[in-house]
Amino acid sequence: MTTPVLQLENITKHFPGVLANASICFDLLSQEIHAVLGENGAGKTTLMNIVYGLYKPDSGRILVNNEPADIEDPNDALRAGIGMVHQHFKLVPVMTVTENLMLGHEKTRGLPLGMLGRLDRKQVSQEIRSLGERYGLRVDPDATVEDLSVGEAQRVEILKVLYKGADILILDEPTAVLTPQETEELFEIMRALVGQGKSIIFITHKLKEVRAVANRITVLRQGKVVGTTTPDAVNMAELAAMMVGRAVLLTVDRGQSHPKGVVLSVEKLTVPGKSNQPVVNDVSFGVRAGEIYGIAGVQGNGQTELVEAITGLKKSVSGNVKILGKDITNLGPRLLAHAGLAHVPEDRQKHGLVLAFSVEANLVLETYYQQPFSDGWWIHPQEMRKNAKKLVAEFDIRTPSVSIPVSSLSGGNQQKVIIARELSRAIKLLVINQPTRGLDVGSIEFIHKRIIEARDQGVAVLLISVELDEILSLSDRIGVMYNGRMVAEIPASAAKRETLGYYMAGLRVEQSANKNVS
Amino acid sequence: MDVILVGLFSLAIIKATPLVYGALCGILGERSGVINIGIEGMMLIGAFMAFMGSALFGKWTGAAFSPNLALIVGLAIGVLSAALVAALHAVLSIHYKIDQVISGTVINLLAAGITDYAANVYIDPSHLSGVGVFPEVPIPLLSQIPILGKIFFSQQPMVYFMFGLVIFLQYAIFNTPWGLRMRSVGEHPSAADTVGINVNRTRYINVILGGALAGLGGAFLVLESVGRFQKLMTAGRGFIALAVMIFGRWTPVGAFLAALLFGFAEALGVRLQFGDINHLYALVVIIAVIVLFVGAVGLIRSWVIRSRSSRSLVVNLSLIGLGALTLIAAKLIQFPDMAIPIEFLGLLPYILTILALTGLVRKAVGPAAIGRPYEKQ
Ligand SMILES: Nc1ncnc2c1ncn2[C@@H]1O[C@H](COP(=O)(O)OP(=O)(O)O)[C@@H](O)[C@H]1O
Ligand SMILES: [Mg+2]
Repeated sequence: MTTPVLQLENITKHFPGVLANASICFDLLSQEIHAVLGENGAGKTTLMNIVYGLYKPDSGRILVNNEPADIEDPNDALRAGIGMVHQHFKLVPVMTVTENLMLGHEKTRGLPLGMLGRLDRKQVSQEIRSLGERYGLRVDPDATVEDLSVGEAQRVEILKVLYKGADILILDEPTAVLTPQETEELFEIMRALVGQGKSIIFITHKLKEVRAVANRITVLRQGKVVGTTTPDAVNMAELAAMMVGRAVLLTVDRGQSHPKGVVLSVEKLTVPGKSNQPVVNDVSFGVRAGEIYGIAGVQGNGQTELVEAITGLKKSVSGNVKILGKDITNLGPRLLAHAGLAHVPEDRQKHGLVLAFSVEANLVLETYYQQPFSDGWWIHPQEMRKNAKKLVAEFDIRTPSVSIPVSSLSGGNQQKVIIARELSRAIKLLVINQPTRGLDVGSIEFIHKRIIEARDQGVAVLLISVELDEILSLSDRIGVMYNGRMVAEIPASAAKRETLGYYMAGLRVEQSANKNVS
Repeated sequence: MDVILVGLFSLAIIKATPLVYGALCGILGERSGVINIGIEGMMLIGAFMAFMGSALFGKWTGAAFSPNLALIVGLAIGVLSAALVAALHAVLSIHYKIDQVISGTVINLLAAGITDYAANVYIDPSHLSGVGVFPEVPIPLLSQIPILGKIFFSQQPMVYFMFGLVIFLQYAIFNTPWGLRMRSVGEHPSAADTVGINVNRTRYINVILGGALAGLGGAFLVLESVGRFQKLMTAGRGFIALAVMIFGRWTPVGAFLAALLFGFAEALGVRLQFGDINHLYALVVIIAVIVLFVGAVGLIRSWVIRSRSSRSLVVNLSLIGLGALTLIAAKLIQFPDMAIPIEFLGLLPYILTILALTGLVRKAVGPAAIGRPYEKQ
């Protein structure tokens, strides 16, 4: 574990107007997990794309096993034993696992017809199976990728890299899309891989993760290396400060809540899923003005559908939803907006924004037809712009202009656009689903503060998150969903990680206690 | 089965052939991520140049060579020209990233304009005439099979070539490295890029190859069907080919089957104009053929996806049986004379197609990345 397998010397890369990598030096030792930590836009992906041959550096050189390597394209990288798992999956959804793995390096059988030979799916599928067994990566080689869960797709990506014979694995934010359980499994896999002689560059912006799994940590900020350290040498606050460049509050000061009357009441709500089985099953709960009600649960236990039913995106079959006593069951989104509902959806790009529209247009998606943005006939562009300028300042949205498409903003700033839009109306209820998924520490801190502020102004907040820490640090009361049902409701003061974890896994606390005794 | 029906089906194959060539052009393009609205124009150019090539070769060489040689020369010129037009589409939409629908439309307008003009100023005044068509080549033994032999194996060479091409492409697109790469480029270009596949090169090759096939389709009209060039002679076949491609779910065999249905409709329209078929009988035949077709497609589909559902097997087999029985029964019944407008009868297959499309095909999902130029990151 002392010989460097990969060294980067003074890598520099400019994009128009941005210095993405400024003279970066970095080394990876054999059988090491080396974490690269940095906020969104720090230049992590750019650096790795250079190593993998997707970008050409302006200057600097790469050494593999102490030999200068000339990496022009991904094929060169693969030949040098470097494989990369990208932040966004590079898998063809309609193809099988086998097809995805053989793509670009196909094996054929029968006549040697080259590109027109017959694909040898059987052979490759068997190879994948034994490769999977060797590294503890269970996947069905014949499954179609679009049918896989996110965690499985990730395993396929890792297998793909291993199948191509890589010894150096680059994992670009592999945990951004994973549930806590899946993340834990991934870490197990990473440790196993290192145990079998591989070396891993692990990219993330989550502090906890680097401490859990990394041997060394290199922190990047604005294209520069801030420093390299080990998990034992620094605490979380120090790491966060290195990453952001200032001291960051890692825990929110949530203050005292002063709940008043019930705003949202959900009674015996049942929502059917794809096969008409209920995915939300007889769920009842209420959220009061001035409190944050958090719903915890492993992804896919009905939270998404519950939110969709409350916010008018999906029809329920029985039960009802009321806002301030008024029955709003199965009303459409516009009527709900009039009733005082604000919704920050789970998938910000699909449901939260019109990506091709400008920032200013996205900021009035719910109000464009009302005063002052319209008199009923025309939209007033100057009002829209005024509104946008105000919100951009107030919510610290980093954008060069309010008239550029919202698609060109970073994830954190896109999320801020949605939150600015939702909180700038007079609202009674805020339903906010996965508010900080994939965001950096700075944006998370900001968004958490805004949620608390909304609560303090008397808004009822329904918070849904698969990040248990987020639920625990923000909520006043916590409900746990498992298998479509609300299996527990606990005041935040009494909630412990372990207890919630048991509920989330579908175990009763008494049972698990009994098990421990027997 | 009687002479009329066999003739009708045999004609259906002929009418389907240019549609299949056009659809294969669309499939190659879209499977790699490039929409091709310009099939019509490419076919038209193919037809025009095939005519010019064969007619001028025939004229210049006199009777020195067999007319078949002139036809082959025309074929080659037609195919190359259409490929060249396709290359224009490729450059516009891949290199210059012009909206692919617009680029295709430009090609259609251009092709119509150029061929129309050339026909006006050259072909018409010079009374340039064609050199005929490729002869029918009955295949030994196979053409002796009752009914099927007459329908499938007593055709002209470009029809056989189409059969071969459909089978070859069906195999190649789904079972070879070439096909796997092409599909990955059409579905998820950046995934292909990261494993070292050249996305734009793949697209160029496919679009140009597709253009050559569309050229074959156009040349077919001149060299095997009509025998000379007529203005706008493709008459929307390039667009029907797109429908055929979608109906066939972007697969060669699917497109072939869909083209048969459309070809049958066209053949029926032609046949009815002779005025010797009882209209009620024709109506019953149409319905029977559609029923038969739906059953056959269902059967092939479940074979392709290796479904072992006995219910769908029973349903499909009974559809085929029902269709066949109706065809036989219709022969025995004496239908009263009743004139149904020919236009309506000609329309019926299309209407039934739409119904079949909505009812049976469910969702027709094309390659995910079509229409979008590829940009690294
Ligand atoms: N292809 C590109 N063209 C222009 N700018 C880019 C490109 N890729 C990244 N950048 C810019 O480079 C900087 C670093 O980006 P990136 O490497 O993706 O950061 P990270 O992965 O750390 O979030 C950002 O400012 C980003 O906007
Ligand atoms: Mg990144």
